[in-house]
Amino acid sequence: MNTIYAIMDVLLPFEIFQFTFMKNALLAMLLLTPLLALLGTMAVNKRMAFFSDALGHSALFGLGIGVLLGMSNVTVILVCFGILWAMLITRINRTGGASADTTISVFSSTGIALGLLILSGNGRFSKYSSILVGDVLAVTQMDILWLFIALVAGVALWAMMYNHLLLTAVNPQLAQSRGIRTNLVEYAFVILVAVAVMLAIRWVGVLLINALLILPAAAARNISRSARQHAFFSVLFSLFSGVCGLIISVPLNSSVGAAVVLCAASIYALTLLLSQILRIRLQA
Amino acid sequence: MPRNNLFAPEAYDPTHKHHDHTHHHHSHCGLCRIELENVSVTSGGDTLLQDVYMHIHCGQLTALVGPNGAGKTTLIRALLSQIPYTGAIHHIDDRERPLRMVRTGYVPQQLPFDKQMPVTVTDFIAASLTKRPVWTGVGKKTRERVQEALSLAQAEKLASRQMGQLSGGELQRVLLAMALTPTPDLLILDEPVSGMDQNGLYLFLDTVDQLKRSRHMAILLVSHDWSLVREYADQMVLLNKSVLCAGTPETVFACETFREAFPAAAREGK
Repeated sequence: MNTIYAIMDVLLPFEIFQFTFMKNALLAMLLLTPLLALLGTMAVNKRMAFFSDALGHSALFGLGIGVLLGMSNVTVILVCFGILWAMLITRINRTGGASADTTISVFSSTGIALGLLILSGNGRFSKYSSILVGDVLAVTQMDILWLFIALVAGVALWAMMYNHLLLTAVNPQLAQSRGIRTNLVEYAFVILVAVAVMLAIRWVGVLLINALLILPAAAARNISRSARQHAFFSVLFSLFSGVCGLIISVPLNSSVGAAVVLCAASIYALTLLLSQILRIRLQA
Repeated sequence: MPRNNLFAPEAYDPTHKHHDHTHHHHSHCGLCRIELENVSVTSGGDTLLQDVYMHIHCGQLTALVGPNGAGKTTLIRALLSQIPYTGAIHHIDDRERPLRMVRTGYVPQQLPFDKQMPVTVTDFIAASLTKRPVWTGVGKKTRERVQEALSLAQAEKLASRQMGQLSGGELQRVLLAMALTPTPDLLILDEPVSGMDQNGLYLFLDTVDQLKRSRHMAILLVSHDWSLVREYADQMVLLNKSVLCAGTPETVFACETFREAFPAAAREGK
């Protein structure tokens, strides 16, 4: 770890990165944004932005359950809860009935309400309010190790399922005819998204986590033609937003998550503008 | 049973020459015909297919016709082993011996997908040929195999196009290229008519017809374009839960049950 800090001292001659907590925060950003950005490409393609939003919000309920059970390890309960919740939403969406956005909305608000009910018991919600906005400056070395393991494992799983997921996204019947177990692949994807979201939520916060999943991928999509460009630009934008947000927010002493998301939103606006200009040029 | 495990992408034989018109039996399998015997499918108390008997021969294009809800898609799904059925589907080789497994290429009906998706034709086909995730890029060897697949459907020029920007006919060609790689014994075309203009359609069927002759493939075509069926089909099957009439197109067009089901088509044929 000290070696990494030493390298960072050389690479980042900024005053604010003298502090170890800033170095840790930066490392955390570099570790948690790429996986979300990669998963985001498919979440955007499959029009699942609303789904992941509901998933993020329901983390409040997950935290509430953890508090009720008296569990000290918040991350474990959040991940377990996230997996179950994601599978439940997917399962209910498949049985039909109401349209997907209605079902998801019901899940989202129910999750928030249950979470608030539990966490605000005895009027103590302020104790847990950090989950709403996250606190990446509180990252410890141990957390960084876990984020690193999660990144490696997450990207490996993502690489394994991607091709099958892509074929399924374009035409499920075709994917099935090529021996792809489309149900399995789709559940694997929502589970991976749930895990990535829940691991990042402590640092980024319930309110903004979905932006980190969707915005870089949506911005990348504006200027990409191939799957490779989409993944590349999405990761690039998310890393850039993560680092920029951190550097901007600390001097202002404001929320890191908010600054990161605003950076990503600016990139989205720029790429949208760029794509519109290109389109007009092509038509002319 | 996932087909990928049985027929790894490596099994695709790139030495096949697609413009070879000489008649030759495909070496990898030797399928002669598929026999459906007493095939029935029920779902939630509804009978979707009842006691279907039919043959699909290699080197022939069999047209499957029937009114909406006749069970055509169900039959295809049974052939693809995607749904449970009773009865039997036999695959028989040219020495009258049963084959355990045949390769099936499937060109689905066009389903809506996100047209803005940043996925090129090469990405899409490569995803079906290799394990390497296409977001890391497509290697040179895979790229060559994609080109080879596309050339089978005369779609080489589409390689770098975005999937969502293809016209109906172009998309159909890409799906055909995929269905033909690795070379199937049975090719199923589920209503390729939708979203294609008349020219594109005949061009498409000409390609399929050539493949039928050069590869000796069994082809099952679902279509309601009667002039198309008349021109390209060797055999024709009228389905409505079970087989109502089967034989050469002339036979089926003359069938009483066909004229009842499609009076307009029958008049036009006279």
